[in-house]
Amino acid sequence: MLFHCEVNISPRQDILDPQGDAVAKALANLGFAGVGEVKVGKYLILELEAADEAAARSMLDSMCHQLLANPITEDYVAAVRPA
Amino acid sequence: MKVAVIIFPGSNCDHDALHVTSKVMGWDVVPVWHESGSLGGADLVLLPGGFSYGDYLRCGAIARFSPIMSAVIKHAQGGGLTLGICNGFQVLLEAGLLPGALLRNTSLEFRCQWTNLQVQTNDCPFTQELQVGEILRIPIAHGDGNYFAPPDTLRQLNEQRRVVFRYCTAEGLITPEANPNGSVENIAGILSEGRNVLGLMPHLERASEAALGSADGKRVFDSLAKSLAEVSW
Repeated sequence: MLFHCEVNISPRQDILDPQGDAVAKALANLGFAGVGEVKVGKYLILELEAADEAAARSMLDSMCHQLLANPITEDYVAAVRPA
Repeated sequence: MKVAVIIFPGSNCDHDALHVTSKVMGWDVVPVWHESGSLGGADLVLLPGGFSYGDYLRCGAIARFSPIMSAVIKHAQGGGLTLGICNGFQVLLEAGLLPGALLRNTSLEFRCQWTNLQVQTNDCPFTQELQVGEILRIPIAHGDGNYFAPPDTLRQLNEQRRVVFRYCTAEGLITPEANPNGSVENIAGILSEGRNVLGLMPHLERASEAALGSADGKRVFDSLAKSLAEVSW
């Protein structure tokens, strides 16, 4: 079965995110008031072939742990749905 | 000394590494393409700087899985001398051969400049000929050199004296002003637990000949030469 997967990778909460800070400042400079914390992350889209959704989810988790996200500096949220 | 300089797609500091190890140090040096399965019996494995895989996903994240890396990991875990410079350091971190991670420079600028490094320990093959407190003038060129480690890891690194270099002023003061990238505790280079793997951001291979402005980097290669000469067979 073909599955459509999305992974949102973001910098961990306790880590300084200079990109996020730079974007927040840029927004403030543009005149947008009330901009709080900004975090800049990554968004990945994958098409996966798997026996069922549980297998796809398990494969995706392994991919995130091994390659897609660095657990020291990043958190991730992964979603799977039939394609 | 037999040296293997690993070349990934996107590595661009391999030629300088090959030059210094072969022409300046006079060692027996072999360039090793990342798809090779063998290090050719090298004593020292050098992972050079550059932009392996275009820094895609994260710096060194994909190179860390290149075919040659199983041989590199085996070499390092077996106590073999392993030196990762800049992107090489990033690959070693992603491979888990060194603890911690590298983030984008806090300034968000790519910093290409001279730095002063203070030697923190000479209890390893890479700095055994240097004095603790000695200052080396070495250039950096990186956008993602901000070393980060969780508090427990940092504590362990300090307790085990595995921080090898810290960014400092010309007078040897460890200050925020001397820190070019925001690295925690001004850390520029660290050792593995076995003290046989060194990863550092500054380019030793760009400061090993006086004509380039500093030959301080050669002192690390000289330490390695001495340490190998001391190994009795």
